[in-house]
Amino acid sequence: MSELIRVENVHKVYRMGDVEVPALRGVNVVIERGEFVAIMGSSGSGKSTFMNILGCLDRPTSGKYFLESEEVGSLSRNEWAHIRNQRIGFVFQGFNLLARTSAVENVELPMMYNGNLGKQRHERALEVLALVGLGNRVDHLPNQLSGGQQQRVAIARALVNRPSLILADEPTGNLDSTTSGEIMALFQQLNVEQGMTIILVTHEPDIAAHARRQIHFKDGLVISDHLNDAVTGRLEPQVK
Amino acid sequence: MTLRIALRALARNKLRAFLTMLGIIIGVGAVIAMVAIGEGAKATIRSQIASLGTNVLVVLPGTLTQGGVRGGSGGVNTLVDGDAKAMMREIPSVAFASPVLRRPEQIVAGNLNWGTLATGVAPEFQQIRDWQVAEGRFIHEGDVESASKVVVIGQTVVTNLFGNDDPIDAVIRIRNIPFRVVGVLAPKGQTSQGTDQDDTVIIPYTTMQKRLLRITWVQSISVSAISAERVPEAQEQIAALLRQRHRIGPDREDDFTIRNLSDIAEAASTSARVMAVLLGSVAGISLLVGGIGIMNIMLVSVTERTHEIGIRMAVGARSRDIMLQFLVEAVVMAATGGGIGILLGIGTSEVLKLWANWPTLVSPSIVAVAFLFSGAVGVFFGFYPAKKASTLDPIDALRYE
Repeated sequence: MSELIRVENVHKVYRMGDVEVPALRGVNVVIERGEFVAIMGSSGSGKSTFMNILGCLDRPTSGKYFLESEEVGSLSRNEWAHIRNQRIGFVFQGFNLLARTSAVENVELPMMYNGNLGKQRHERALEVLALVGLGNRVDHLPNQLSGGQQQRVAIARALVNRPSLILADEPTGNLDSTTSGEIMALFQQLNVEQGMTIILVTHEPDIAAHARRQIHFKDGLVISDHLNDAVTGRLEPQVK
Repeated sequence: MTLRIALRALARNKLRAFLTMLGIIIGVGAVIAMVAIGEGAKATIRSQIASLGTNVLVVLPGTLTQGGVRGGSGGVNTLVDGDAKAMMREIPSVAFASPVLRRPEQIVAGNLNWGTLATGVAPEFQQIRDWQVAEGRFIHEGDVESASKVVVIGQTVVTNLFGNDDPIDAVIRIRNIPFRVVGVLAPKGQTSQGTDQDDTVIIPYTTMQKRLLRITWVQSISVSAISAERVPEAQEQIAALLRQRHRIGPDREDDFTIRNLSDIAEAASTSARVMAVLLGSVAGISLLVGGIGIMNIMLVSVTERTHEIGIRMAVGARSRDIMLQFLVEAVVMAATGGGIGILLGIGTSEVLKLWANWPTLVSPSIVAVAFLFSGAVGVFFGFYPAKKASTLDPIDALRYE
């Protein structure tokens, strides 16, 4: 397995007026290709800030972030936009689909920003929707779909540009437990069958239990990082 | 592609897009209709003023000073019909020029007679005075060339000599010379001095010169400039031409005088200018208000769609993509609104013309200006909201709801 993400001594400090609030206080994490990682922690632990930095949405105050061996933490907004478009797929708690826009058009959205032609775009979107099990709902609007179906559309959108990484921020937070199970099963399937690297933020232990590795944050630091025995069949804590 | 995104966004919010456009639609429509009404009124006023003859100049022979005695206007006989022809030929600001000769004559038709004013003119006189023919024809070039004995008679003369009979092809006698009536002038009414303009008979000026007056010169020349604004120019050029033709040295006085109705012309052009400024400023203000409306709604739209902007940024839209999207949306709305407004304006002015009988005139230039301006309004007032949208922080934008 090759290295996908390397985060070296990353600090993030927010400035609220005159007060400096540290959100990350020296985080070191390495994630290999094909891993399924759950990032856990209570609110205020720094896990969301960490996700934003991984997703090229926020800049570390200090430290380095390597994505596929390239230092990306200090790139420009436009370069970040390109990375988000090509290499990262986002799945959010609130689905974040465009309202009054059909499922297939939502899935096409990332391809509109990399110059894909209309016909190719449409075919690829249909293909990915079929992959997430929504091949028969492509023309439905988000408000005509259930929460689970909306999240499947969002996952299809995340996958459509063949990214090297999927970042899922509380993807089951708005779903009931049955649907949550189905969505997590889909993530597992993508991880196992497609070899997709998935990083998942959650505060629910039973959701995190689907991941093969769990990283716990507290007060801006990684407090534990271990493989999940229930999934891997091994119990080898890797405390850093 | 950006155009497609913008069109989709607008199509998705048809009502909002329409309401946003409404400002521009009403603005442009009002401008077009208002300017059409204004232009129509201006054209009407202009033609009414023109019928007063604001673009008309009269060239009279000058005075002859002999031994300290100044003979008054018309004292010299230097003005000839060649002068009138030269003016038309050589001065671009001159539209028409016609010799004019006048003398009171006693006219006999059958057993009736009537004293009236005989006027000898060229065919151009009809255009200069904008005098329509009610029946028959005016005198034409052939009549002048052959000094024909034809006459066009005024309404007062018709009433007094023919009553209800048809005067066309009747023969009247002036100084015992028979003239054939070829036309009847449309009534023109009285002048401000109380002179009855319809109490006249018009004959070719050559006929007047050879058969009635037995002179070779002309008593005056009526000239029309191509517009009231160019009367002063025409006046200068006529003076220069006549000085040259009459071989007047630089130290000698003119042997002619030129008169015009410049006061009325000036008043007309001033009122036209005031009207243009008034209409222009009202038009400008209403388009500006439409533009502010677009900016207002675009700002609301940016705020309202912050979440959408966040989603687009998260999946890889660059600042430029977002900026372009909103700018194109604003321009599309403004231009579409402008287009609909133009149709509305033209429709309104046509309806006013048909039903209210207002003389409206849609000028193509104002249509073009209104359309271009509405597009420019879209760019100008769309720029700030678009810039604002493009600089949003994706994290904040995603969190916004």
